[in-house]
Amino acid sequence: MSMKHKHIRWIISIIVLLVLLIGSVLLSLSTGEIPIKLSDILQIMHTKSGMEYSVLTNIRLPRILLAIAIGGTLSMTGAVLQGIYRNPLVEPYTLGISGGAALGVSLCIVLHLHVLGGSFMLPLSGFLGSLCSIFLVYFLSMRKGIFSVNKMLLMGVMISFIASSTMMFLMSISNADDVHSIIFWIMGSLDESNSSLINLMLYTSIAGLVIAYLFSHQLNALRLGEQNARHLGINAGLTIKILFVVLSLLTGLCVSIAGIIGFVGLIIPHIVKQITGSDYRILLPASFLGGSIFIMLSDIVARTIISPNELPIGVITGMAGGLMFIVVLKNNKAQ
Amino acid sequence: MKNYMTLQNIACGYSSGFHLKDISFTVPQGKITGIVGPNGSGKSTLFKGICGDLSIDSGSIDIQGKNLSEFSLKQKAIRMAIVSQFVDNCDMTVQEYVLLGRMPYRKSFQLFESKEDFAIAKKYMQLTDVYKYKDKPMNTLSGGEQQLVSIARALTQQPELLLLDEPTAYLDISHSVQILNLIQKLSHELQLTVLLIIHDLNLASEFCDHLVMMNSGNIHYNGTPEEVLTYKNIEDVYKTVVITQQNPISKRPAIFLVSNKYWENSNEK
Repeated sequence: MSMKHKHIRWIISIIVLLVLLIGSVLLSLSTGEIPIKLSDILQIMHTKSGMEYSVLTNIRLPRILLAIAIGGTLSMTGAVLQGIYRNPLVEPYTLGISGGAALGVSLCIVLHLHVLGGSFMLPLSGFLGSLCSIFLVYFLSMRKGIFSVNKMLLMGVMISFIASSTMMFLMSISNADDVHSIIFWIMGSLDESNSSLINLMLYTSIAGLVIAYLFSHQLNALRLGEQNARHLGINAGLTIKILFVVLSLLTGLCVSIAGIIGFVGLIIPHIVKQITGSDYRILLPASFLGGSIFIMLSDIVARTIISPNELPIGVITGMAGGLMFIVVLKNNKAQ
Repeated sequence: MKNYMTLQNIACGYSSGFHLKDISFTVPQGKITGIVGPNGSGKSTLFKGICGDLSIDSGSIDIQGKNLSEFSLKQKAIRMAIVSQFVDNCDMTVQEYVLLGRMPYRKSFQLFESKEDFAIAKKYMQLTDVYKYKDKPMNTLSGGEQQLVSIARALTQQPELLLLDEPTAYLDISHSVQILNLIQKLSHELQLTVLLIIHDLNLASEFCDHLVMMNSGNIHYNGTPEEVLTYKNIEDVYKTVVITQQNPISKRPAIFLVSNKYWENSNEK
């Protein structure tokens, strides 16, 4: 396959993913408790009134935007971290980010801060929790100004353990309602009513994609390891630091808005890589789109399968992701 | 003979133990210099010090009169290319891997490789005879083929100095000789300065123009293969009985090992 063919394949992959994304958006707009025909959507949007219009713009569209932003961010972050750590099993949550966020939210619920301070308190405390764990991991992995990538991975896992143990402690001393709220938050949901939070997530996720893309060459070199990347003239340490901070903050934001939605960062980059190859110039945008599509489809399943009730989206992504992973690994062996 | 690199009183090592002391030697331009010595003598530590993977505690490394620490990472990568012992398990294709050698020449915000980059990569893939594998993933190649691709990638950096960490480790004699012949040819044709770590003294003798023999963190002998590879020097550093003779064709020293059994028998006679 010549380079020209490769680039054509890249373009085709992006077009296919965009078509799938648009398809998922349309599917997501039309399915739900109140089914809306695809052919009617344009007209409803045009008349700007009625219950269906309100369902589309107030309920379904915000979820779609959030799915695009969060799915894309988690998947792209997984792709970047797997490259930096050269370990296909790393995902955004491995670094202790989810642990910190979950602990922050649990504290907020147990101390009833969300009752005192309003609905904004939950995502805020989640974000503060993830910030704490990000900086703990960052500074504990630093020695004499040098960043140890392996240490960072282990620190992340340890911080996760400590956070989840503390959380269990909190749950063991709280009442049943609080425990229920904590568990429901952890399971993840795209049900977010605050539109400024949705906009924030959308813009920052796109900014994150652009920043990561600026480092796509460095990421390609880092696939050979830090040392070899340095031999190619890449400032490996600085690249890792910048990407770690930017992407951790983004992941922290995702977790604090939508709870823990696992497996996206693990499974989507893995599948995308099989189709597009592992060059970061295509892997980053393709993973972003793939993650968005996966979350959006999972959300459709989550809110229709036991309608009018809703399943936590984390349950769907965990099950579907795990099964997909097994199938992909099985097929790999057969080759 | 012009010198490309000069090391003066280098001390470097690990905080937890092993240290090199007072290392001084010169690397002649356009020639092959080999670092030899027993296991644990400090060859790899020295190599890491030169590559910049270990920081130098004292002393200086100069490239054509300019201190190495004054070069940026990019400037270094344009001057010296490094071939490590292993190619880590990597799923990129041979061509993608070789093209990484153009990384130091990339302009900021340049997204794709230029036509020139492709032409240079192709040239060195052909020279190292790996162009036929260009679309194969690296992790499907044999150790010898990976080593050749690594050399192609290093040459694509168009360096002045090629550093190789045991390029023939784990290779059979046919692949070892193939790789060293290639390095010798490149050094001659491209006026490339080569510095390599090498374990096999016979290969070192045959292919290197200049040898540095290390032992316990110091340089013990330094000179041409004829000067360094005498049986006395080898016995002194390696504590092993050897016989040296002259290779009838290359006239370089050839080293023979003698097992204890025959050595004792010959002494009894």
